[in-house]
Amino acid sequence: MTTAPAPAPAPRISDVPDERGRFGPYGGSYVPETLVAALRQLDEVYRRVSRDERFWEELRELERTFTGRPTPLYRADRLTAHARSAGGRGHGATVWLKREDLAHTGAHKINNTLGQALLTQRMNKGRVIAETGAGQHGVATATAAARFGFQCDVYMGAEDARRQRLNVVRMKALGARVVEVESGSRTLKDATNEAMRDWMESVEHTHYILGSVVGPHPFPLIVRDLQSIIGRETKAQCLRTLGRLPDAVVACVGGGSNAAGIFYPFVEDEKVRLVGVEAGGRSNEPGQHAAPLAFGAPGILHGSLSYVLQDEHGQTAPVHSCSAGLDYPGVGPEHSFWKDAGRVTYAVADDRQALDAFTLLARTEGIIPALETAHAIAHAVRLAGTMNDDQHLVVNCSGRGDKDVEEAARLLGW
Amino acid sequence: MNRIERAFHTARQSDARLLMPFICGGFPRPGMTGPLLAALERGGASVVEIGIPFSDPIADGPVIAGAMHKAIEAGTTPERVFEEALSVRDTIGIGLVAMVSVSIAHRLGGREGFLARTRESGFDGVIIPDLPFEESGAYRERCGELGLTFSHLVAPTTPRDRAAALAKGSTGFVYLLARTGITGERSDAPDVAERVAALRRATDLPIACGFGIATAEHVRAVVAHADAAIVGSAMVRRIERAAGSGLDPIEAAEALTRELAAGLPGTPG
Ligand SMILES: Cc1ncc(COP(=O)(O)O)c(C=O)c1O
Repeated sequence: MTTAPAPAPAPRISDVPDERGRFGPYGGSYVPETLVAALRQLDEVYRRVSRDERFWEELRELERTFTGRPTPLYRADRLTAHARSAGGRGHGATVWLKREDLAHTGAHKINNTLGQALLTQRMNKGRVIAETGAGQHGVATATAAARFGFQCDVYMGAEDARRQRLNVVRMKALGARVVEVESGSRTLKDATNEAMRDWMESVEHTHYILGSVVGPHPFPLIVRDLQSIIGRETKAQCLRTLGRLPDAVVACVGGGSNAAGIFYPFVEDEKVRLVGVEAGGRSNEPGQHAAPLAFGAPGILHGSLSYVLQDEHGQTAPVHSCSAGLDYPGVGPEHSFWKDAGRVTYAVADDRQALDAFTLLARTEGIIPALETAHAIAHAVRLAGTMNDDQHLVVNCSGRGDKDVEEAARLLGW
Repeated sequence: MNRIERAFHTARQSDARLLMPFICGGFPRPGMTGPLLAALERGGASVVEIGIPFSDPIADGPVIAGAMHKAIEAGTTPERVFEEALSVRDTIGIGLVAMVSVSIAHRLGGREGFLARTRESGFDGVIIPDLPFEESGAYRERCGELGLTFSHLVAPTTPRDRAAALAKGSTGFVYLLARTGITGERSDAPDVAERVAALRRATDLPIACGFGIATAEHVRAVVAHADAAIVGSAMVRRIERAAGSGLDPIEAAEALTRELAAGLPGTPG
């Protein structure tokens, strides 16, 4: 008697990446041979520690005592009232903020850098490097490096160093060397190129702490896992305070780490609407925005296959956003996977809307958000206004806006 | 046997070594790639690598990355590099290798469109430095069908068993990186004796060695062990310097090739 093989269970959308770092067709590892051994080592070490309870305990202890986790889930009543009246119906969802801006160093980036610092320690490397756009990842890396006693070099586009001056000073105070990158557009993409070049030379004793869910495997996996603390806390907090899951979760998308971190624990909960918000910049014209999921096509940049803004010849296209942390032509491969699967929808908020949301949140709630975060706020207000009064929307308040006050003043003409 | 394989085959028979300069397509100006290829051949090159300019070449140092950016600004596209190569193909005998980022190869149709176009343009081989072994199967197979050689890079950080697999997965020649790091000139000659010997135990394929090789003396040191020396940044810089100071970049490239060829055995040095 022969038995038909049981049909393979439908793959779960959370069950990615595979061994080779594929999220559906996206991801992978497109790097020069010089880096392959280091990525293998990182993959092996991460596989090992991800099963090692002591690693997670050590990280949880740091998160509790050093970062200040869990961060609060805050009900934003005056922002909710604004969304309800601005929606024109007088109705709308209750808006909640997941307060990553209250994490030590002022953004979610610290969740990733502390975890990767522990990995660096386990790999016996004594130096870390990072790229940074808004400077938040640079500050978070410099902070972890100071805490663990690593040497630290941070690559930052010269244009970003100008518009995020406060963070340059913070990194220096923390003992990091800030290398201003003058090539190309002098922003995040170019800083990433330089960090990768450094790593090509230094790979044997240096760990590259990549700052988002981008780059070659296993970075998109590691960074997502480390940032998922945001979504796990949010879920538990919703269950505790609302007795149920939220109806929608909104986050801004640069490389996509704060979004992946808050979305991932919800991807199997089909009733929870997940919305990523890209930077719409000045307009939808090429070169005027930084929204690869909205306007790009699949291509390879910085080691993985994902939506990217490229010209027809394969050259990376110029991008623009008022926010240095979103001013990047690529996006993490898992977002491309979620987009194609229809699990997450991606919207766009432009410079003007983000600046309006920056002051809106400050004036309704007494919270000055990062310009990156302001993109999420802008769309969340729009979306909440279309929802019902008994619904709940959580926005990932990914970072605080101190770093942006001078740039905002310049853009707002204050 | 294509031109690259023949060049190595002939060299082996007479115990000779090859010089493989690298130039950046469309640099110093669009239209110069064809004449440069002819000049490199006159100077003593057997195979030339042509880099297809890419906006974000993470394995390249400032000299080559800078040349690529200038070429792109001047309007160089992969298609124009193909056209330039094709325009001189019938007048030169050297083997041509396209060195291209997977970002570009993927956008231009990957293993189908891109490789077919490379072949049609008279190229004999392909190197895709950021396409690692694990991702390269389909490209390798298609290169075989098209008669293009496909060379993997072997780095100082590559473990032994992996180096053997990379060599097995290559055709034409294996590219041994003389150093970790990015492209750029160095003052000291690399010591590749041990790594070449280890790789020889794994493969009969010719071994070409590059990264940081800048002078005839470096060439001599490298080809004492390897089958060929690859010279990139030094060539690009010489071309750039000539173009920037009103000299003829074509003459300058030919002169440097002659200088470097003096490091090959049997050449009066
Ligand atoms: C506060 C804040 N939010 C969001 C981002 C965007 O990055 P990601 O999309 O990886 O969360 C940054 C990046 O610098 C940031 O500083």
